[in-house]
Amino acid sequence: MSLTQDDVKRIARLARIETSDAEALATQAQLNSIFGLIATMQAVDTRGIAPMAHAQEVYQRLREDAVTETDRHAAFQAVAPAVENGLYLVPKVIE
Amino acid sequence: MKWETVIGLEVHTQLATKSKIFSGSSTAFGAAPNTQASAVDIALPGVLPVLNKGAVECAIKFGLAIGATLNRVNVFDRKNYFYPDLPKGYQISQLAKPIVEGGALRIQVGDSEKVVHLTRAHLEEDAGKSLHEDFHGMTGIDLNRAGTPLLEIVSEPEMRSSAEAVAYARALHTLVTWIGICDGNMQEGSFRVDANVSVRPAGQKEFGTRREIKNLNSFRFLQQAIDYEVRWQIETLEDGGRIEQATVLFDPDRGETRMMRSKEEAHDYRYFPDPDLLPVRLDEPWIEAVRAALPELPEAMRARFISDYSATPEQASIATSSLAFAKYFESAALHAADVDSELVGKIVNRMFSPEEKELAAGFIARDVARARIKLTCNWLTGELLAWLNKAETAIENCPIPSRSLAQLAIRIEDGTLSGKLAKQVFEGLWEGAGEVDAIIEARGLKQMSDSGELEKIVDEVLAANPKSVEEFRAGKDKAFNALVGQVMKASRGKANPAQVNDLLKTKLQ
Amino acid sequence: MPDASLSALAAQLAAKQVSSRELAQQYLDRIATLNPAINAFITVDAERTLLEAAAADALIAAGNAGPLTGVPIAHKDIFCTDGWLTTCGSKILHNFVAPYDAHVIQCFKAAGMPSLGKTNMDEFAMGSSNETSYFGAVKNPWNPAYVPGGSSGGAAACVAARMAPAATGTDTGGSIRQPAALCGITGLKPTYGLVSRYGMIAFASSLDQAGPMAPSAEDCALLLNVMTGFDPKDSTSLDREKEDYTRDLDKPLTGLRVGLPREFFAEGLNNEVAAAVDAAVEELKKLGATTVEISLANSKLAIPVYYVLAPAEASSNLSRFDGVRYGYRAPEYTDLNDMYSKTRAQGFGAEVKRRILIGAYVLSHGYYDAYYLQAQKIRRLIADDFNEAFKSCDVILGPTAPGTAFKLGEKSDDPVEMYLNDLYTIPANLAGLPGMSLPCGFDAKGLPIGLQLVGNYFSEAKMLNVAHQYQRATDWHSRQPEGLK
Repeated sequence: MSLTQDDVKRIARLARIETSDAEALATQAQLNSIFGLIATMQAVDTRGIAPMAHAQEVYQRLREDAVTETDRHAAFQAVAPAVENGLYLVPKVIE
Repeated sequence: MKWETVIGLEVHTQLATKSKIFSGSSTAFGAAPNTQASAVDIALPGVLPVLNKGAVECAIKFGLAIGATLNRVNVFDRKNYFYPDLPKGYQISQLAKPIVEGGALRIQVGDSEKVVHLTRAHLEEDAGKSLHEDFHGMTGIDLNRAGTPLLEIVSEPEMRSSAEAVAYARALHTLVTWIGICDGNMQEGSFRVDANVSVRPAGQKEFGTRREIKNLNSFRFLQQAIDYEVRWQIETLEDGGRIEQATVLFDPDRGETRMMRSKEEAHDYRYFPDPDLLPVRLDEPWIEAVRAALPELPEAMRARFISDYSATPEQASIATSSLAFAKYFESAALHAADVDSELVGKIVNRMFSPEEKELAAGFIARDVARARIKLTCNWLTGELLAWLNKAETAIENCPIPSRSLAQLAIRIEDGTLSGKLAKQVFEGLWEGAGEVDAIIEARGLKQMSDSGELEKIVDEVLAANPKSVEEFRAGKDKAFNALVGQVMKASRGKANPAQVNDLLKTKLQ
Repeated sequence: MPDASLSALAAQLAAKQVSSRELAQQYLDRIATLNPAINAFITVDAERTLLEAAAADALIAAGNAGPLTGVPIAHKDIFCTDGWLTTCGSKILHNFVAPYDAHVIQCFKAAGMPSLGKTNMDEFAMGSSNETSYFGAVKNPWNPAYVPGGSSGGAAACVAARMAPAATGTDTGGSIRQPAALCGITGLKPTYGLVSRYGMIAFASSLDQAGPMAPSAEDCALLLNVMTGFDPKDSTSLDREKEDYTRDLDKPLTGLRVGLPREFFAEGLNNEVAAAVDAAVEELKKLGATTVEISLANSKLAIPVYYVLAPAEASSNLSRFDGVRYGYRAPEYTDLNDMYSKTRAQGFGAEVKRRILIGAYVLSHGYYDAYYLQAQKIRRLIADDFNEAFKSCDVILGPTAPGTAFKLGEKSDDPVEMYLNDLYTIPANLAGLPGMSLPCGFDAKGLPIGLQLVGNYFSEAKMLNVAHQYQRATDWHSRQPEGLK
């Protein structure tokens, strides 16, 4: 299978990456050659194989429910693009 | 055409943990913006989540309380979408292997009972808040709430009316606050309801197309929103239109729902297991320890109130509407049931032979206790509830101690107070005027038990109302009632109405 | 000085023959001279380095020195470093001064090792040539017309040019081992979970692992002692007892069973590399090892599996770079979504965008099972192959990369060609196994050749033992680029 221009534009929109038609065209060719590489995987019979999500077969460690963090918003917001009154500013969110 | 409504609810409950689900930040409500947003909560590059044991324990409690299956191994997934209040660009949630599956909740609508089944309940993190006040045409983002643990509780689409939906939501609210996993504060967003609503022609098997009403934060809005939505869907269909799957918001000011996004705009969330978190294992000793520490659950307590205290099903429902209410009720009932052995002794001595005494004492004590508990129950679910509602206050802040309510019931049962006088005493209790007996004494509210005094009043009333006496003798029953009223009035309500009846009848014969 | 091993430097510091400040200054001087041509560093901050060195001197003076106190080290710019610019090689973080230290950085600070600066890297560690860095390509110190490999290209180059005695790196699909091979140094990717990922900017969380890069295996062992250890802030960090990775360095190799995977010596392998690896095998035999042929049949699927799993995780990991809380924000936009889309289009480079798109696609509705789930299943098959292989051998040996360094620009237009560079390194990441690369010769052009060892889980000490014994018998690791001496 191969990706269409529309597929490229759809996933670019999903990933919030502005992509012009010309870029989408170039990207389409590259992605299709990468998916050509990936396609060799498709033929493998994996019935009955459990997916491996982690390198180690261990379970999640749990943290005790305790407040351990202090207020560091001044330091964190020193590197923010736009803040006011302790709030991060973004273009108007319309609900 | 006759239509049937189908409703399923998704409820987001904020879990009452001290710290967030994946960081050590405080979850306290109302802090200055972003002062409770740690490196993990604001998703600085490189930070990682570590799961809060307290949040998992809340989910275990809930699963046990609704008789659900606890998935011994459950998994966190990432739900990917962009939104400024979602710092990582994904929400950590559970899709394929949630911690809780199945379970059921009994609800009561009017006189009928119904069991609503639950699909699942899963742990996830809350998002931050967008503040839409104008910052030069910008929106402000506060991430204090980001990472607050949520248990999303999803019901089967088994409710058939807004009333059932509200009853379910209330029962769920009672349960999560009862077992202490959520503070239940709806204004602060601790308990938020999404309603999936569809309609179908009565008798049709397939579900209609549903629309999801998001973020209802009161039971009243839940009811209004569903009622509006159902009307709108039926009208649309009857006008020949079609329902499109969509997400809608309820506008409480206009009482309407309005479209937020259509199915076409629906997100492609690209769920996948979060590689930063490992599968969570619940071991049996932990589950058993949590089970052992659970309080008696509302349903069990309700059944017990009916059997032990002869509460009506409705009274038992009211009494178990919250753990605090139930505790109050039970405390009052126990006080009321604590029948004074001296009193029982007096009655027994007067009425029974020595051989019968012991057995009789038991029966009498039981009967007295039952009568008192019944009265306590009536007063709790009647007067007390009404006053609490009028004062818009919760049982936790009730100015009348449970012991006093029980004492009031005792004084009614032993004939000291009539219902009418008891209401005056209740008022005194509410105002904090002291103990029951002290109020009776201070305000002179004791029911007249001295028959000589009452006889005097009756004689006076008969003398002053010859016309009524004549009418009664001529066969007019109404005249008798008028006389009773006059006697009660003359005694300033302190006469025992039954005694007045008896006395008047004797005198008029 | 440039030839000194970490233990030699530590000995000089302990004997007060040199102070940490003096040592740091010498390296800073060398960086000032050589770096303009190599571009191995994104950030050098002499003042901070010397402050840290002075603190190390105070520790030494007070008698509180650890084994490496005062020895400076360079850190890959993927590690958040409090008060230091931390860019991950990307425009989107070009202005990000980290407000906290990664766990790895904390470890080196606690060990009293001053930072010489932040090394250049492929953007978000996505690349095998260090050409995707927003801060420009790194040049191979052996020949500046060639790439140093990637993604830890700056780290490898700065060590190869002796601008730092050692460096930290990270390895998701070969990012420590492949540049180590191409630059003629030693690098080790530990068992997944041994080194905390906290504060290491994530590329593919289930594969990322930090490790040491230095001239020799002995140096790497000392650094591993500093970097490893349980961290409660990383859920995937393993709670194990601390090990001394130098403990087995001097053991003889008698009886060592070296597994030679047939698939790693097949078609696609450059002849000169094959010859050098074969020679290394002969050398190990001389040291007492025996060889056994093994098969890693599914390893040929490692690249397709990797290019599903790593981009999938990356597409999600990189969503946080949205111009809201830190980093680059596009200067002009019409609304929120436009701000996101322009910020990310302008802030990310071409390779990163490509991988984000691949990842978004394989996770998107309707494709998950065919791609992501299938890849996870084959990942298990690949790991099972290794488990089977380790029944008959103690360590697996092969080439690190199919060839030596290639020319700058040679493969940058063909992603697939570039991806094939990691053919031999990716399987260890998928299985979570430790892997290392060490120099084993040079090609006709004078470019270094790397030898790869893959060990069983937690067998780092064994691998370091093999590598150290090999390095005692050879001198490939101590050679330095002509002209940079």
